Amino acid sequence: MSYLGDVIGGIKTLMKGMKVTGSYFFPNVINKKYIITRQYPDEPAIVMERFKGEVVMWHNENNEHRCTGCQACEIACPNGSIEIIWNRVLNEETGKKVKQIDKHIYHLGMCTMCNLCIQACPTNAIMWSTNFHNSTYDRSKLTKVLNKPGSKLMAGVEE
Amino acid sequence: MILTNTTNYFGQLVNYLSEQMGIGGQILAYVLVAAIYLSFFAVAGLLLVYVERRVAAFFQLRLGPNRVGPHGLLQTIADALKLLSKEIFGTNRKDNLLYKTAYYLVIIASLVSLSVIPFSKGIQAFDINVGVFFISAVSSVGVLGILFGGWGSNNKYSLIGGMRSGLQMISYELSSGLAIITMVLLAGTLQMSGIIEAQRDTWFIIKGHIPALIALFIFVVAGTAESNRTPFDLPEGEAELGAGYHSEYSGMGFAYFFLAEFINMFIISAVGVTLFFGGWLAPFHLTDSLPWQPLWGAFWFFMKVAVFIFFMMWFRWTFPRLRIDQLLTLEWKYLLPIGLVNIILMAVLVYYNILISF
Repeated sequence: MSYLGDVIGGIKTLMKGMKVTGSYFFPNVINKKYIITRQYPDEPAIVMERFKGEVVMWHNENNEHRCTGCQACEIACPNGSIEIIWNRVLNEETGKKVKQIDKHIYHLGMCTMCNLCIQACPTNAIMWSTNFHNSTYDRSKLTKVLNKPGSKLMAGVEE
Repeated sequence: MILTNTTNYFGQLVNYLSEQMGIGGQILAYVLVAAIYLSFFAVAGLLLVYVERRVAAFFQLRLGPNRVGPHGLLQTIADALKLLSKEIFGTNRKDNLLYKTAYYLVIIASLVSLSVIPFSKGIQAFDINVGVFFISAVSSVGVLGILFGGWGSNNKYSLIGGMRSGLQMISYELSSGLAIITMVLLAGTLQMSGIIEAQRDTWFIIKGHIPALIALFIFVVAGTAESNRTPFDLPEGEAELGAGYHSEYSGMGFAYFFLAEFINMFIISAVGVTLFFGGWLAPFHLTDSLPWQPLWGAFWFFMKVAVFIFFMMWFRWTFPRLRIDQLLTLEWKYLLPIGLVNIILMAVLVYYNILISF
């Protein structure tokens, strides 16, 4: 009897396997929970909030940023991805010369996303963006200037 | 000549052209029929490759080819054009004659089997009185092509693949033959159109109830093995043999093997549909009163074949490949004895007329 039992058992297990793959082929009929793949270029990608894509500088609607030009991030960066070009400008109210950034240059191609610059920043001027569409045909496009042209320091940050 | 049968559309074409133009017209008609079959071969092969890839993708929660043309329909045409433009080169010390004849043998076997299959009422090139037997005989010529390819390539993997294919074909031909004989007992004829006519009231899968079901099971397993598809794809098992018997073929040589494999799947499905599910007959006489009967017949035939092929693809993407000893155990210890008992059972049922018929 074990002969026929083998045959029937074999057919049964084959049916079980076909049920599993069938549930993949007919997800609407049998079970939808299996489908976990997102068709990325056609559907937008889900990116986690903590994902470290690239460093950006926050600007408010008046084109003001929070960077005082203290260079803490430049010093903290282990591989020199950040360069800050700055100069001193005379503050007319107090009559003192104040440090002001001219360009906050960020080499994305060198950046290892180590997070040290953002930890070092005393004024929370720079932060992570979740953008990961960074591929370019030209390496020089990966060198970015983080502060927008014509932007200036937000009032009240330096106190 | 069998082709001059007047109930057959191809036969009518031959008769008409030979009346109009004499012997030249007859030859022209034969060439036309051959061209129709060759183009069907190419189109069906390409379509089946596309469908296979698409179905495989859906079984694996992917999308498959969907970029070239609408829903990726032109993908396989692009692939075929690429293969056409490729250089054909083989191994240095190949057996040139066997190497070159291999794919022609495979293709000729598929095409000749195709000519016996009734696509609809009157759409059949050769309606010979030993149709089913002819198919099972000719389709084993294909294995010769595979053996030639495996031997002629002068490559160990190709040789092992070819030998495995021969082993497998010879074993499973028995079972599929027994399943066919079981159904032929019901029909009382080997002629394809006769088998279909015998099913006009009741399909054999219902008429023969239990033994027909067993025969269908055996036929599907043996047919899958004969067309060298997973779970019986030992001849070209990627994990073990690279690509098996067609490792050393490139360009169109490879494409011929590839197309013939899919056409073989179509042939197996067509034979299965003809034997078990009434061929081109409409279910429950649904379309019997409508005009354009041959087209409706072709419609139902291709629908049934599509379902059959879908099941074969379902097997492919579900079951793991068998080991060679398991393959032989399955055939010689299970399918063959069950098939033999099944024939006796069917013969007894037919003799005492314990059949379901409406």
